[in-house]
Amino acid sequence: MMKDFALLFRQPTYDHLQLPETEQAALVKKWQDWLGGIAAQGKLVMPPTRLVPNQGRVLKAGGVVTDGPFVEIRERLGGLTVIRAEDLEEATTLAHGCPAIEAGGSVEIRQVVG
Amino acid sequence: MSKARATIDQLFQQEFTKMVAVISRQFGLEHIETAEDIVGDTFLTAAENWAGKGMPENPAAWLYVVAKQKTLTYFRRGEIWQQKVLPAVKAGMETEEPETDLDFSAQNIQDSQLRMIFAICNPAIASESQIGLALRILCGFGIDEIAEAFLTNKETINKRLFRAKEKLRTENIRMELPPENMLDARLDNVLHIIYLLFNEGYYSRTQDVILQKDLCLEAMRLGLLLTTFPATAQPRTFALLALMCFHASRFEARQPGTGTIVLYEEQDENRWDRELIAKGMHFLGLSATGNVLSTYHLEARIAFLHCSKEDTPEKWQEILALYNDLLILHYSPAAALNRTFALYKAHGAPLALAEAEKLQLTDNHFYWLLLGELNRSDDPAKAASHYRRAYDLAKTGAEKQGILRVLQSIESY
Repeated sequence: MMKDFALLFRQPTYDHLQLPETEQAALVKKWQDWLGGIAAQGKLVMPPTRLVPNQGRVLKAGGVVTDGPFVEIRERLGGLTVIRAEDLEEATTLAHGCPAIEAGGSVEIRQVVG
Repeated sequence: MSKARATIDQLFQQEFTKMVAVISRQFGLEHIETAEDIVGDTFLTAAENWAGKGMPENPAAWLYVVAKQKTLTYFRRGEIWQQKVLPAVKAGMETEEPETDLDFSAQNIQDSQLRMIFAICNPAIASESQIGLALRILCGFGIDEIAEAFLTNKETINKRLFRAKEKLRTENIRMELPPENMLDARLDNVLHIIYLLFNEGYYSRTQDVILQKDLCLEAMRLGLLLTTFPATAQPRTFALLALMCFHASRFEARQPGTGTIVLYEEQDENRWDRELIAKGMHFLGLSATGNVLSTYHLEARIAFLHCSKEDTPEKWQEILALYNDLLILHYSPAAALNRTFALYKAHGAPLALAEAEKLQLTDNHFYWLLLGELNRSDDPAKAASHYRRAYDLAKTGAEKQGILRVLQSIESY
């Protein structure tokens, strides 16, 4: 029975958005090649969604609103996708090669329920 | 075959669907079988009449007159006329004499056929029945030809068509365009059926080259029909047409009158149809508006790149990127295999091999062909065993022949 897993991409910085166009294109290609490999196995459930970096709000108890995204954690959430895999083990294997890791970031793998 | 017989066959292919569409539009889809009978009868009358008196000057016009007479006679005799047609006619034209006519003008034929496409592609009808019905009612194919195209028997096709026509009745499907808010989704279904018709022709497993070509041409004709109406002349419609033009441009080079298929690499570029490539480019240009990127856009772009044999890493990088996008939008085993082939051409066999093995499409002979190709230079023995598996799974004699040729070239190493 296959299960769905969310891959949450975190990176320390999103400075690459200021890179020259050709380097950005190369980065996009890296992401597409990696995702294409997952999609080619028929294991992509939801195409990736990118979060707008460096903007947002955080709502806390008592109606306290602060500008986010979190500055206190080292890696900020940059986007997510949903994939399908046998188990956490296989989902982790599929996450290997994600360009976020190359950029000094990480991929958090979480099973999606329901 | 006599000349008159050949002409009648040709006219049947051209006029059958037009007449059935116009009659069904006027009297309702629940009478589609009657419409088919009347038109069939019209051709029978034509055959008898023309054999004795010779061909009329304008055979199509002659057929329309006879079909009109037969239709009006049939419906006037029945209760339908009293209960349904007359009141409707009276309501529409209060001041004039209630007289009903069948309008076989070019505009009404086109309009009726467009409505027929949308009726047939109603989601209440199973997809395989939609294709069968499209071939019969929109393309004028005979039951024999449909059975051959789908490698099945007449009985199965008859059953499918019967069920589909029953659905048209029980679901009370009307011959009208869906309301604007539903048109988009239904157009997707219509485009999909046209795409499947084309594929059935292009990748058909039948040995009948003429039949395959006819299937492709009919699919393209239906696509063109959609471009004549503003609501259906969408960017993705043009993208689908571009895709079909680019593929069809290689038809002759791929199948030069024999049962075997000439692989892309071995095709004589001079046999590619330049005019169709130019048409494809025209449609590709028209498809590049709006902000919807359909799978047809991506596939058309890939097909366009294949219209030049130039073999550069840049070209394969672009094809790889397009297949990535295509798979992210919509998975299909064929796209997965083609993506891996592009990966091989862009980055070499070792990387592609690792990705190919993950696909595990073990019951697909193209999967084993790909693995064979990727192992060919480094491990011929392994490649040969892959080709042998492909050989066992291949469905047609032509494919088996082709695989055998590759196997022989490896094993004589």
